[in-house]
Amino acid sequence: MLIAGLLALPNLYGESEALQLSRRDRALFDAASVTEFEGVLNGAHIPFDESFVDDDGHLWIRFSDVSNQLAARDLIQSRYEGQFAIATTFASRAPEWINRLGLEPMSLGLDLRGGIYIVYEVDVNGAVQQLLQRMERDFRKALRDAKLQYEDVTVSGTVTQIRLRNAAQTEAALAALRKYDSTLSIEPGAEAGLLVAQLTSDQIKQREDFSIQQNITALNNRVNALGVAEPVIQRQGLNRIAVQLPGIQDASEVVRLLGKVATLEFRLVDTVNSPLEAQRSGRAPLGTKLYKERNGSPVLLQREVIATGEQLIDASFAPSQGEPAVSVKLDSRGGEEMLRTTRENLGRPMAVVFIEKEREQVDRDGQKVVIDRSKEEVISVATIRGVFSNNFQITGLSAMEGSELAKLLRAGALAAPIYIVEQRLIGPSLGRDNIERGFKALLMGMAALFAFMLVYYRVFGIVASVVLIANVILITALLSLFKAALTLPGIAGIVLTVGMAVDANILIYERIREELRNGNSPLASINAGFERAFSAIVDSNVTTLIAGIMLFAFGTGPIKGFAVVLNLGILTSMFTALVGSRVLLHLIYGRRRRVERLAI
Amino acid sequence: MEFFKRTPRIKFLERRRYWYAVSVLLVVGSFVAVGVHGLNFGIDFTGGVVVEAHFPQAPNLERLRDSLSDLGLIGAQVQSFGTAQDVLVRLPPVEASAARLVNEQVRTALAAVDPGVDIRRTESVGPQAGRELAEKGATALLMSILFIGIYVIMRFQWKFSVGAIVAVLHDPIVVVGAFAATGITFDLSVMAAILAVIGYSLNDTVVVFDRVRERLVQMRKATSTEVMDTAINETLSRTLLTSGSTALVVVALVLFGGEALRPFGLALLIGIVVGTYSSIYVAGALALDLGLSQRDLMPPEKRNEADALP
Repeated sequence: MLIAGLLALPNLYGESEALQLSRRDRALFDAASVTEFEGVLNGAHIPFDESFVDDDGHLWIRFSDVSNQLAARDLIQSRYEGQFAIATTFASRAPEWINRLGLEPMSLGLDLRGGIYIVYEVDVNGAVQQLLQRMERDFRKALRDAKLQYEDVTVSGTVTQIRLRNAAQTEAALAALRKYDSTLSIEPGAEAGLLVAQLTSDQIKQREDFSIQQNITALNNRVNALGVAEPVIQRQGLNRIAVQLPGIQDASEVVRLLGKVATLEFRLVDTVNSPLEAQRSGRAPLGTKLYKERNGSPVLLQREVIATGEQLIDASFAPSQGEPAVSVKLDSRGGEEMLRTTRENLGRPMAVVFIEKEREQVDRDGQKVVIDRSKEEVISVATIRGVFSNNFQITGLSAMEGSELAKLLRAGALAAPIYIVEQRLIGPSLGRDNIERGFKALLMGMAALFAFMLVYYRVFGIVASVVLIANVILITALLSLFKAALTLPGIAGIVLTVGMAVDANILIYERIREELRNGNSPLASINAGFERAFSAIVDSNVTTLIAGIMLFAFGTGPIKGFAVVLNLGILTSMFTALVGSRVLLHLIYGRRRRVERLAI
Repeated sequence: MEFFKRTPRIKFLERRRYWYAVSVLLVVGSFVAVGVHGLNFGIDFTGGVVVEAHFPQAPNLERLRDSLSDLGLIGAQVQSFGTAQDVLVRLPPVEASAARLVNEQVRTALAAVDPGVDIRRTESVGPQAGRELAEKGATALLMSILFIGIYVIMRFQWKFSVGAIVAVLHDPIVVVGAFAATGITFDLSVMAAILAVIGYSLNDTVVVFDRVRERLVQMRKATSTEVMDTAINETLSRTLLTSGSTALVVVALVLFGGEALRPFGLALLIGIVVGTYSSIYVAGALALDLGLSQRDLMPPEKRNEADALP
């Protein structure tokens, strides 16, 4: 019980609004920066309670209300543009020694602290399509490299068909493609010179899993770039990702940045054919693809991609010579390809294609139709002036676009498009109200219960009340220990548990009274009361526990919070009623030599 | 203090045919209510957009509706939420990607009525996600009833079990019926409350049945109806006290817990009341009419039930 009390203790102090700053360059804050920020805040007359650097090198500033917290955030944001990730969060008010022991209060769910909860659906089909497109591209390249001529490479469903020009080269082509990918399932087709490659269900499954995993990583990176304290990003079911961002208030900005699918492609510009001619006829010459530049003028690019955003290692916004530029670093494969291309094509133009996917809803003949809009535009065409490999710069963007592109690229491309299926935004004022109301209901409920138990059972009522408080402390301690988030339904769960916990006491006490009426001695009655009530208490709690477990298994979000509290509460209340109150009663009555009557 | 100084001698089960009629009426009424009114499902289940806003002064709801429809937001329900200053706007489901746009439009429309508006919460659930949440809820419900049924059959003789299980089914049906009749929003938290009710409503039944088991063995001369009535009377104080004490805190939840917890609290409250009733008039009465007798408990259960536990 002492341990439980200690674990529950940090919750007593509550939390206050705070800002958590971390440096974008991942360096740690030192004591000097504390003084600097305090000076900045004092200079702007924004009152704050305290600031300190924690063990992880984050700088914390604590405030007594939301408005000061937000004012300080805006001030720091505008003053140190982009240097820090600033997260609005809460800091425990518990004294130093408690923090030192590693004790933390329960974390609060989004409905209590405010924030955004988003469930994304990953378009796994899109991911498989991407894989097929890449296979098509790679097949062409593998055949070209092996100097085998082909008629066409086409994809339909999950099947890729390769039609060779010379049927005699079938074996050689099979060998070349298998060498390129040993796991490939490829067979000669029905006709001579036809090869059929089929994605196996294992490969599809693998690709789907990979795309979700990769998206989680990418979302993690993007969230980190936003600077959110305690974000939770986890897979939910087959193809969903749930994201919880506590303390975030600007939903539209976050949603836009998180959901964007942006990537780059580097391609050579086709200088042989006329882009205007292609635009007029609406047909791009073989081996080329028609794009538009930002100013609207058409440009023909070679189909072959030199490198894509997937091969990108790092990107940063680095203006050079007064012009906004994004400096890009590729992986070794991309670097090799870039080196080869630039060496062979000195003096020729190369283009950077910016691809962005968004899902939009449009009204078509009164019907709401969802369309996937893919924006592909050439953001820069530049002459290759020197040989370069994995380190270079992209220009041709505005400063805003440049910094956003760098952010998106750095965060990693999403392996598959994602769509929001559920989104909940809770403002900080509502969170605060929810806490207040929840606890008010809890206190009022407990007070009414205490009053009743005291009047109805006298000394035994006091015992029941003490046990009840112990029960709430135990639940709090367990929630703090398991780091389970407390939600509004969770508070309701505590209230309900308190009401149900007293049932066990009532069952025992009523039985004791009955035994007394039957003329048994007080101590024997107490013992009989506990023993006889035991089976009914266990039976009735097990049924509630079954419902609680089902709720936990099938519930999501806040409901899961309710289930956790309900199940913990049933277990702790059984323990406190059967063991705790017996020990207490023993302390009161057990040591007296003769007990004439019980105050029940 | 004691409410029942002496064990009452109420003949609960003599007129059990009337109470059956009441129960059947309640259940049929619930089905009719659901059939006629339907449930006022929350966006958790239907999908849709909900925006909760707090105004510095009580806004004119008519003007709010106009402002919303001016922006082309059709089918918006506007209602006050708790106080006159708090407003809840609900819109039919939109495709998830358009939710952002709709949210912005609602904001604009609300701010047009009063720029000082504080948007406290926006939630949007796609229709697909809503269907899934409903499916999950239904699965949890069925699984709970199934496993509780299995547990009851393991622990009690089958005539008791049938009574208990019918009571377990009876209670959530009446709660759902009450929600259909009153039109209170039926959301995920209500679903959770109903599950808790299923678990909890058995508590009283278990207490009564435990006593019946004990008395059937002791009162060999009495008829089954007398035994059942004795058991119910003897446990009446605890049945009422346990339900009453739980109801007491749930009332606190309804009164002080705010709008968000009110439907949840009401579902619990109705469930507790109905559960208490059903453990006497449904579970007990059914066990009796299935011909419960001393012979069902031969060889007699051990007197000390603590030892009889698995």
